[in-house]
Amino acid sequence: MTLIAFMGAMEIGLIFALVALGVLISFRILNFPDLTADGSFPLGGAVAATLIAGGHDPWLACAVAAAAGACAGWLTAWLHVRLGILQLLASILVMIALYSINLRIMGAPNVPLIGSPTVFAPLIDADGANAWLMQPALLATVVVVAKLALDAFFASQAGLSMRATGANARMARAQGISTDRMTLLGMALSNALIAVAGALYVQTQGGADVSMGIGTIVVGLAAVIIGETLLPAGSLWLITLGTVLGALLYRLLIALALNADFLGLQAQDLNLVTALLVGLALVLPRLKRSLRSGKRTAS
Amino acid sequence: MIRADNLFKTFNRGTPLENPVLRGLSLTLENGQFVTVIGSNGAGKSTFLNAISGDITPDSGRLFIDGADVTRLNAWQRAGSVARVFQDPLAGTCEGLTIEENLALALQRGQRRGLGRAVRPSDRALFRDRLATLKLGLENRLGDRMGLLSGGQRQAVSLLMASLQPSKVLLLDEHTAALDPKTASFVMALTDTIVRENGLTALMVTHSMRQALDHGDRTVMLHQGRVVLDVAGEERARLDVPDLLHLFERTRGEQLDDDALLLG
Repeated sequence: MTLIAFMGAMEIGLIFALVALGVLISFRILNFPDLTADGSFPLGGAVAATLIAGGHDPWLACAVAAAAGACAGWLTAWLHVRLGILQLLASILVMIALYSINLRIMGAPNVPLIGSPTVFAPLIDADGANAWLMQPALLATVVVVAKLALDAFFASQAGLSMRATGANARMARAQGISTDRMTLLGMALSNALIAVAGALYVQTQGGADVSMGIGTIVVGLAAVIIGETLLPAGSLWLITLGTVLGALLYRLLIALALNADFLGLQAQDLNLVTALLVGLALVLPRLKRSLRSGKRTAS
Repeated sequence: MIRADNLFKTFNRGTPLENPVLRGLSLTLENGQFVTVIGSNGAGKSTFLNAISGDITPDSGRLFIDGADVTRLNAWQRAGSVARVFQDPLAGTCEGLTIEENLALALQRGQRRGLGRAVRPSDRALFRDRLATLKLGLENRLGDRMGLLSGGQRQAVSLLMASLQPSKVLLLDEHTAALDPKTASFVMALTDTIVRENGLTALMVTHSMRQALDHGDRTVMLHQGRVVLDVAGEERARLDVPDLLHLFERTRGEQLDDDALLLG
């Protein structure tokens, strides 16, 4: 693999690290199986691309994308908490609705951003020769800031209440925590992160497309699961670190698989490779366990 | 003071599984009283506790804590006045969080939770002091996950958590039922100490008549969603388990006669 290809994998990996952190909040911290990501990722992209193409500041575009994502997550949580709709179903409803909303926002199936000023533009030379380095560098900064901010939040009183809400809701209520409010807040936070990832993604890819969200949740979940396999379960900063590393490793494995000529895989095999990798990551902890117990019975 | 006024609660109303659990239950607890509650299965003991904590809302009747009507408040809104230890050692704590994080959650019971640090160094010192009183060596394991503790240790920590913040009433729902006899007596002794030292108003549901008479200063028997026996002081001191059993049988018998009359 060339250096450029490696950095390209890292770039996408860093964007999906943000998605993975969002998925970590919904699936792991709040224990809320949430598929909204497939809608909130392109929502962030649609909002940001439309604003940037309209001549607005790219950072402002990211902030508005985050707010839009927060609304989507809040809505999913509201459908569950207030209307009692099953978690998975509530998120599917929002995801489907967002497809239409994203088309409305963009006014077309795609919005090109070629030549528009993105958040990366000030860092990149006129000929674009250093884009391969500067884009991942800026993304890495964003991911590190997001990770540290999340670590700080989850060490706070409000953050601990959110963790208790997902771990043992009845106990949390007995301690005076409004589990409904925490679920709404956490889901908003989760999807805001995912929408920011979408906003950054369209700026690296040169445009937004309405179908760009397909499979977002699978990739995010894959990163979380790989992270859990990678690092031992421990304090929360270790879990967020594992999630970020999981996202990077996942993209690297995908790039390697697609680059290995002897495998004969092509770009259209991406989703198949994804499914295989996630399946492997899910089975691996179990295999490890059964191997260990197998040894014990043998000795 | 806790006052329950004519509480009614029916589960699955209008279905074949309709189950009237509370049927006009009234009870007043004076401040500082430790009341033990007995009764057969389905007598409404746990439902009564859940009504006080706010986990369920009664169909009718009122509930007052220190004169304030709390009937319509949620569990989390009442948490400032109500502390609770569950029957299941897993229910009262978060096993995925550390001991100090669990204690921190309890230390902020009923208070606003902001962006301040959840576990401050001063909290840690307090936790260490309080855990040391349990004599289980937990004061050196603040960072351990709660899930690593045994059932008895978790119940002991739950009790400690319930006493970290002042409360108007402490609810104990058969909190020793899931423990082996030795651990159960340790947790019971700890309960007595914590209730006495903090001057708590407490309501303890138990299946053991022995426990009901040996602990606390007043005993209440529930049957079919109502208070059928309420003894304290001299009268209670004279009672023994066989007497209580006798009373228990008699109320049941009378109740049967009542029903027979009604049906006849």
